[in-house]
Amino acid sequence: MQIFEADVLIIGAGGAGLRAAIAAAEADPSLTIALVSKVLPMRSHTVAAEGGSAGVIQAHDSLEAHFNDTVHGGDWLCEQDVVEYFVSETTAELIQLEHWGCPWSRKPDGEINVRAFGGMKIERTWFAADRTGFHILHTLFQTSTHYPSIKRFDEHFCLDLIVDDGRAQGATVLSPSTGKFTAIFARSVILATGGAGRVFRQNTNGGIVTGDGMALAYRHGVPLRDMEFVQYHPTCMPGSGILFTEACRGEGGYLVNKDGYRYLQDYGLGPVTTEPRNKAMELGPRDRLSQAFWQEERKGRTFVTPQGESAVYLDLRHLGRAKLMERLPLIFGLAEEFMGLDPAETPIPVRPAVHYTMGGILTDINTATPLAGLYAAGECSSVGIHGANRLGSNSLGELTVFGRVAGQEAVKFARGAPAVDPARLADQAKASVDKALAVRDRKTGGERHSVIRKEMATAMEKGCGIYRLGPEMQETCDKLAELKRRAENITLDDRTDIWNTDWLAALELGYQLDVAEAMAHSALQRRESRGAHQRLDGFEKRDDEKFLAHSLAHYRQGAAPEIAYGPVKITKSQPGERAYGALGEQLEKKDGAHV
Amino acid sequence: MSEPVMSPVMSESAMPQKTFELRILRYTPGRDEKPAFGSFKVTGAEGMSVLEALQSIKDTLDGTLSFRWSCRMAVCGSCGMMINGTPKLACSTLLRDLPPGPVTVEPLQNFPIERDLVISVDAFVKKIESVYPYLIPREQKTVAEGPHLQTPAQMAAYESFSDCINCMLCYAACPQFGENPDFIGPGAMAMLQRYNGDSRDGGRQKRLDTIHGENGVWSCTAVGYCSEVCPKSVDPANAVNQNKTNSAFDFFLRFLRTEQPQ
Repeated sequence: MQIFEADVLIIGAGGAGLRAAIAAAEADPSLTIALVSKVLPMRSHTVAAEGGSAGVIQAHDSLEAHFNDTVHGGDWLCEQDVVEYFVSETTAELIQLEHWGCPWSRKPDGEINVRAFGGMKIERTWFAADRTGFHILHTLFQTSTHYPSIKRFDEHFCLDLIVDDGRAQGATVLSPSTGKFTAIFARSVILATGGAGRVFRQNTNGGIVTGDGMALAYRHGVPLRDMEFVQYHPTCMPGSGILFTEACRGEGGYLVNKDGYRYLQDYGLGPVTTEPRNKAMELGPRDRLSQAFWQEERKGRTFVTPQGESAVYLDLRHLGRAKLMERLPLIFGLAEEFMGLDPAETPIPVRPAVHYTMGGILTDINTATPLAGLYAAGECSSVGIHGANRLGSNSLGELTVFGRVAGQEAVKFARGAPAVDPARLADQAKASVDKALAVRDRKTGGERHSVIRKEMATAMEKGCGIYRLGPEMQETCDKLAELKRRAENITLDDRTDIWNTDWLAALELGYQLDVAEAMAHSALQRRESRGAHQRLDGFEKRDDEKFLAHSLAHYRQGAAPEIAYGPVKITKSQPGERAYGALGEQLEKKDGAHV
Repeated sequence: MSEPVMSPVMSESAMPQKTFELRILRYTPGRDEKPAFGSFKVTGAEGMSVLEALQSIKDTLDGTLSFRWSCRMAVCGSCGMMINGTPKLACSTLLRDLPPGPVTVEPLQNFPIERDLVISVDAFVKKIESVYPYLIPREQKTVAEGPHLQTPAQMAAYESFSDCINCMLCYAACPQFGENPDFIGPGAMAMLQRYNGDSRDGGRQKRLDTIHGENGVWSCTAVGYCSEVCPKSVDPANAVNQNKTNSAFDFFLRFLRTEQPQ
């Protein structure tokens, strides 16, 4: 096994990991930063974010309005001090990206352009056509090559963290390309490994989005917070789940049922207008829109696609071909290539699919986890800005703001941390390697991991979908326990060293099962409805008395997770009624607080 | 209110199931002397992609089959491979769009094979790193001073080159790269032009210096197949052409500069 000694180790090189690496390199160029990614950095799932990134820039907008939209959108489960910090920093980060070359879409005079997005009162979503995540990721990756202190470990898979003396001190990684293991020692560690959407059957996520970092932290005793809040994005391709950005609706697209009726007016989101109206109809928040789809399906007003999936239509025809080509070229191409239809002529069949994990590794406002020396940023983390429902275009801003904070904080910690004890750390690394090799070389006649993965994804969709029922969630919890037992006997076809992706997928499945369990048990125990967690079994209402609280899933070896609760930080916005459309406007006028 | 709508997919009663045959070039280092084809039969929806067929093989028939993939939507650039002899993304190549008969799947040509459909990406990554792939600001500006102005016309000068997803299909298509692995190649040239064409950038000269040499822009023999196979219409051949002109002009200017003092 090789040893690499770093000062700061970053696991994950998507938007958050790259931003953290650049921040760390700028904070102290004398430190060595190891940047590990299981894929080439530009393959990271940030690449698939389409619509844009929120940051207040218009004169008639305000930080207070962005704060209020975010906190209301999150159904008051946000850490309000963190949201306040986030909205005050995100615009500067978007400008920083501009200085690094990000090709933000412009107005004719050369100023930054912004578009409308769901749940946002004023247009504040910066965009680069409909490839915003792609451009942010490539800009950050390319910029990162300028910093000699960043040592990349591209295509290195993380087997485990190294934790000694009560603090994170590195990780053990495997290079599939060479079959070699490396123990990376570090004085601080940042997890930036993204979400876990692949634990669900129909999802918008890339194959790599398997919750690795969440599971690693969790197994080392760091709680996963608010894991029951999983976002369904309302407009995805039936079957594959590929995303059609919310920007389709920000630009004025309609959602219609099988009868051509703009059904959102029946779910407290009206009145119907021809032009898009912020925080109403198609520009309502994602949880409400996905729930409305579910209701339409039960009323028999959806249709069934050839893939056997229920769907409604995303109608973009009235926007005209020229606007579609300018603002939504990726969407245009996806509809053409994957569905064989021309969105300027034909409405696109869409349905909700799992998109984003609102919860994640518990951190404070400085991205520090309860484990000393361990930081987390981006979708893998729960820093507290999304609450029970993330607003579209708040996650790209999150990567940059909290990626930067994580880089800076990890540098501070590394400078103050005592030196590592290489012998003890090497022993731990060796144990991680042996454990991984045991998975590869197990020879008993167990099952394929693909069988278990499919059953997991189906069970998660059934028990933890758009609406939830106690008995179904319990069934999912039981199923996951069974699958974890069966997973211990997985047998691989492949026992070779080089590019053994059979092996990597089995290890990823181990991460997924742990994360899925945290989600299902957190969901089962939240006996209320809030944001993306909606129950139909006697807990249909929000219950602030009992559940204005963050869930904290604690890992227990060989047993179901323990779910505890922690307080929510309320500073400026007392929990109120969460309303959109005409009612939302009335409430705003009445209390005057929601400017 | 929009009128009732019908989608073409509705007119089909159910997506027919079909059986496809894939001939896949297999190679496991340390075990196989050289790559050889293996055949698989896959049954699935008629609209399934080559990637979905490979996933089905891996999940149900042969877990040892190795290939890269992630986003499934033609933006992460992972799943480039030769499909019936043409460089393509497996995720956006639908089996129904290919001619009837067995489909041949091979690793991207011109790259060393690491295993099965997985090729070595190291040299490509070094090439893009070599062209100073980041903005070298024309004028220093602090974040507090706000964003630069850039008109849509100024963006148009480089925007298409910034759409490159680094999938390397253009390298598999490039006969010159096939002959000379040190040739800078179309993708890195597109990257160079992405920054040289940016109104905010001042690093043009530095980057041009990287492409004058024998492995630089002049190695291109103008076949243009790189642009044909590009899944994102980046048109790397255009980047190469622009830089032939720039390189020639730059060389001429240098000549003048060195001559001037005499």
